[in-house]
Amino acid sequence: MIADVNTIAVYALREALRRKVLIVVLVLTGAFLGLYGWGTAETFDAVTARPDEPLVREQTVVGATLLGLAMFVTLFLGTVLAVFLTLNAVRGDAERGLLQPLVVRPMGRVSLLLGRFFAAATVCGGYVLLVYGIAVLLTGTLGDFTPDDIVGPGIALAAAVVVVVGVALLGSTVLSATANGIAVFMVFGAGLAAGLMGQIGEALDSDTLEDISSVAAWVLPFEALYQQALYLLTASTQNFERVVITLGPFGGARDGGALLWPWAVAYLAMVWAAAAWRFGRMDL
Amino acid sequence: MAEPAPALSIAGLHKRFGRTAALDGVDLEVQPGQLVGLLGPNGAGKSTLTKIACGLVRPSEGAVHIAGHPAGSAAARAVTGYLAELFRFPGWASADEVLQLHQRLARSPGDDGERAELLARVGLSEARHRRVEEMSKGMQQRLGIAQALIGSPQLVLLDEPTSALDPAGRRLVRDLLVDLRSRGVAVLLNSHLLGEVEQVCDHVTIIARGTTVASGTPSDLARPGGVEIETEGGTRHFPDATREHVPDLVAQLVGAGERIYDVRVVTGTLEEAYLEAVAEPQP
Ligand SMILES: Nc1ncnc2c1ncn2[C@@H]1O[C@H](COP(=O)(O)OP(=O)(O)O)[C@@H](O)[C@H]1O
Ligand SMILES: [Mg+2]
Repeated sequence: MIADVNTIAVYALREALRRKVLIVVLVLTGAFLGLYGWGTAETFDAVTARPDEPLVREQTVVGATLLGLAMFVTLFLGTVLAVFLTLNAVRGDAERGLLQPLVVRPMGRVSLLLGRFFAAATVCGGYVLLVYGIAVLLTGTLGDFTPDDIVGPGIALAAAVVVVVGVALLGSTVLSATANGIAVFMVFGAGLAAGLMGQIGEALDSDTLEDISSVAAWVLPFEALYQQALYLLTASTQNFERVVITLGPFGGARDGGALLWPWAVAYLAMVWAAAAWRFGRMDL
Repeated sequence: MAEPAPALSIAGLHKRFGRTAALDGVDLEVQPGQLVGLLGPNGAGKSTLTKIACGLVRPSEGAVHIAGHPAGSAAARAVTGYLAELFRFPGWASADEVLQLHQRLARSPGDDGERAELLARVGLSEARHRRVEEMSKGMQQRLGIAQALIGSPQLVLLDEPTSALDPAGRRLVRDLLVDLRSRGVAVLLNSHLLGEVEQVCDHVTIIARGTTVASGTPSDLARPGGVEIETEGGTRHFPDATREHVPDLVAQLVGAGERIYDVRVVTGTLEEAYLEAVAEPQP
């Protein structure tokens, strides 16, 4: 079983390397990181040149906001990658006749699904960790801000994209390739909209909006994980800065609490079980 | 000792897709070393039957066993080779890499040697390192056949394996099938090419509208068409006569004073038998 999963994962990785979308994402990533570094340097120059505000405080606000923006872009690019690596995994490949020769081998469908999942999760999770790491480095060197927790936000962000991989894989057992791609982006957008709604709710002091937002973030836990990642950036920053950051345009930071991680794991397991069940009963 | 289980046994097989009954009670057996042709018009259910045998499609009803194992089980899949009617291999992989992947998945102990031998058997030795996207459809079909033979399966299911092949390729596949049979492999061949089936198959099953409409050896099915005798008075046809009747018939005619110019034993073709078997029932 492990050997089969490994064989399929290697096969999926090799396939991924041939896809043009990988190049597109890499080019976009390079462009983004270049712009981000430039923007960060300029912003911090501007902040330092204004002596009237307490410097440390303003640097924290600016640094966390910038890095929060970088994390949003990272999650977005990671999602693009996740969607393109998994959108055709089951129905798309079955419709093109790529899947049948593999499925009739003794390994069985669960191993095939596991192999596809691990390949995409590894690529997307690794990608997110790498881009996040570079963004942290740029913010620390070109700017002057280091998050309170360096590792935590990266892990939460990588977990968010792994959840997206799971959702896209489940989608691929129901929808053909293009429809699945569109559907997963819509789900992703819904998560972001929920986050935004929460911020508006906070600004307007509307409990109802905030409740809707937090329920939605838990239904789509990649959003809750993203909010958790933002939260961890300034987890130990107190008082005034914390408030400003929470209200920032790309903020949406929220502590998911002790249940977030168990819930994310359980959610992935459920998505997974649903995908395996669907795939197991499909006529190919 | 108990008799060895048939390589493929199908009993009372039904498959419904929603309201369409693709298979409506089909029985079929393929013994080790037997080459069975499955014929039938488009939409008869041939591909569905093959897919059920290799576990791609779940039957609605009926029992399907491969060498004694339930179809779709890992044990059944381990001894089956399959070439789908519509299939594709990843364009970026070379012929050799495709076979290597399937060797791993089929747990074939065969190595380099097995791949080289299979590629030679389907006439692709030269294209061993060519990428699939650079191959013609016919070459891909040859690769598909090689893939189906990885790991020396006991049962080989081929769904229209020669649809894209040139005459030389078809010939090559025929020889290959005969060779498989001589090695004791059981083969189920779906094909539209009646001539091909007639030449190589030991047994033919014709299905139409999801049910078996004829079954037997090709020569059983291709019923004799009587005897034609050319006499002075024109050609006379004896529809129920066979070769055995010829001397008596001739003696009779000569005795009656006829002059005989030619005698022909008319053999029916599988095509005629096929067309008759699959004809829509008259309302
Ligand atoms: N996945 C499917 N969903 C719905 N109907 C199907 C499916 N596969 C086959 N059918 C139907 O089942 C019947 C038999 O199809 P098939 O086995 O492909 O025929 P053949 O291979 O003999 O041409 C056809 O009527 C076809 O439309
Ligand atoms: Mg068919």
